[in-house]
Amino acid sequence: MYLQIAWRNIWRNPRRTTVIMIAVIIGVWNMIFLGALMRGIVVAMVNNGISTLTGDIQVHQKGFRNDPVIENSIKNPEILETILNNTLPSDAKWASRVRVSAIANNARHSSGITLAGIDPLREADISFIGEAVVQGSYLKADDKNGIMVGQALVDKFETKLGYKLILMSQDTSREIASRAFRISGIFKAELESTEKKFVFVNMPVLQQMLKLQNGISEVSIILPDHQDAHHVKNTLNADLPSNLEAATWRELLPMLDAYLKIYDGFILIWYLVVFIAMGFGIVNTTLMAVFERMREFGLLKSLGMKPGRIFAGILTETLILLLIGMAIGNILAFLCVYALSGSGIDLSSFAAGAEFAGMSRVIFPVISIWDLSAANLVVFVLGLLVSTYPAIKAARFTPVEALCHT
Amino acid sequence: MSIVECINVKKTYKQGKVEVAALRGINLSIDKGGFVALAGPSGSGKTTILNMIGGLDSADSGRIVVAGNSYEKMTQSQMAELRLHSIGFIFQAYNLIPVLSALENVEYVMLLQGIPADERRKRAKAILDEVGLEGKYDRRPAELSGGQQQRVAVARAIVSDPIIVLADEPTANLDSKNGQGLLEIMKEMNSKKNVTFIFSTHEEMVMEYARRIVYIKDGMVAEDRIKGE
Repeated sequence: MYLQIAWRNIWRNPRRTTVIMIAVIIGVWNMIFLGALMRGIVVAMVNNGISTLTGDIQVHQKGFRNDPVIENSIKNPEILETILNNTLPSDAKWASRVRVSAIANNARHSSGITLAGIDPLREADISFIGEAVVQGSYLKADDKNGIMVGQALVDKFETKLGYKLILMSQDTSREIASRAFRISGIFKAELESTEKKFVFVNMPVLQQMLKLQNGISEVSIILPDHQDAHHVKNTLNADLPSNLEAATWRELLPMLDAYLKIYDGFILIWYLVVFIAMGFGIVNTTLMAVFERMREFGLLKSLGMKPGRIFAGILTETLILLLIGMAIGNILAFLCVYALSGSGIDLSSFAAGAEFAGMSRVIFPVISIWDLSAANLVVFVLGLLVSTYPAIKAARFTPVEALCHT
Repeated sequence: MSIVECINVKKTYKQGKVEVAALRGINLSIDKGGFVALAGPSGSGKTTILNMIGGLDSADSGRIVVAGNSYEKMTQSQMAELRLHSIGFIFQAYNLIPVLSALENVEYVMLLQGIPADERRKRAKAILDEVGLEGKYDRRPAELSGGQQQRVAVARAIVSDPIIVLADEPTANLDSKNGQGLLEIMKEMNSKKNVTFIFSTHEEMVMEYARRIVYIKDGMVAEDRIKGE
């Protein structure tokens, strides 16, 4: 019966209740839906970071991360390969690469790029390039002259499939090494900067060009569960020879890692800001309802109701309001996320600005349990907390004070 | 046997910087089963002494004992318990809960007492029938006349078999016909259930129903008259 009374009390002033309920609905919807969009941006940034050659973990010669020159390559990758085969989870995937800074030229243009020598079969399993070729074909293992180039670089160089591209870099004897390749595949990437930055050739061809013998720059590893990266890295580091080191994507992409940490803090602050606006509405509405019913509280006290019961009654009314608002807000947010899950939000027109921050062209909202729980908990706990003030006020009036209230 | 004892009860209210002495030393003893009117002009202290007896307000000095409970030593929680089980109230403005039906308003006190729903309902219907509101159980206060609302208030006050019922000018908002009807009901409950009724009034018609009239003037008992003596 107490619940029934609380329910009827809520609807004494339907307009006021509807207004505050709409405020809760918009607040919860806003927190969850916009939170999902922001989480989508972050997840896409992380996925872009990992799939753009970074992987979950990389192994390098010590010193390579500070000075990624050809001299800091891994000289004997066979030992490393044995360790990887023995240490990594069975469903983990990895690939070796040679990666150097180079200059690409054609008759009209030149540009600084990152030249990646890859094992085409293994690379296809661990990075974006396996599914990114849109013209021509993906590198074949025995292709000695083929090169895969990004669409944006092709446009910039005003070249096309089958045309030549000259690559220059410094070899292990610190001489300029150069070689002509023929464009065999054109790829498209999530970020235009990736298309301009990377070109791919077969690893043995690049090793030969740089006089690297069988040396490699790095091994990139993709784990079945990305969350395990830290643990696997520690296991690897324990087994690796002292001249090699493993690092997770968080260590390899410190800017992205910092952004993620800022994001988690920012979203809580943002939730609180949204709630503060909503909280004032809840306090105001509850206080108005309390003052309007002052004589009634006096009556209830004179009938023998204890202050605790009055306090609980007011909180029950707020609880019902919050639960309904939260339920509708959650449903609306899920509907919006569902509606955008297929097509996402296309930010192509803002691509330049978005790319600067490493964002994808299309944002797909992602609902995380943490964001969902945080949004609902903030509204639920703080909503009840702010309504304790009017509830305490109602409980504290003496019966005579309350009965004389006009 | 006294059910209510007021011994030299004093109360002063502050209105801004001005102190107003509402009670200047009330001495009053009321026996169980009494049907007592507190009479006097507006501002004489009738409502204040009713509030004191009901434990809704506290005295500055003096002693109030109701059903053997001395208020000066009781906590707010104990006072609430006493009101819940031993005292019924009837107010001038009815003070029914607008979102509840007549039946639910009467049930509410028993809900606070923890009485099971079936018994609550049975007792509430029986008492509403007794005050002449059979068939009007589901009406909300706004759907009842003033006289009917005050009958619901009487039913609410006596449904849990209190020891005393305090009524503050119960007929003031009613026409004379409804007022007389209400007083008949109160008198019937008083004689049937032996419940002590103490009510404030300044109406001659109401005083005619009382078996004892205590005249209050300037916060003191000016005259205490038992009819037939």
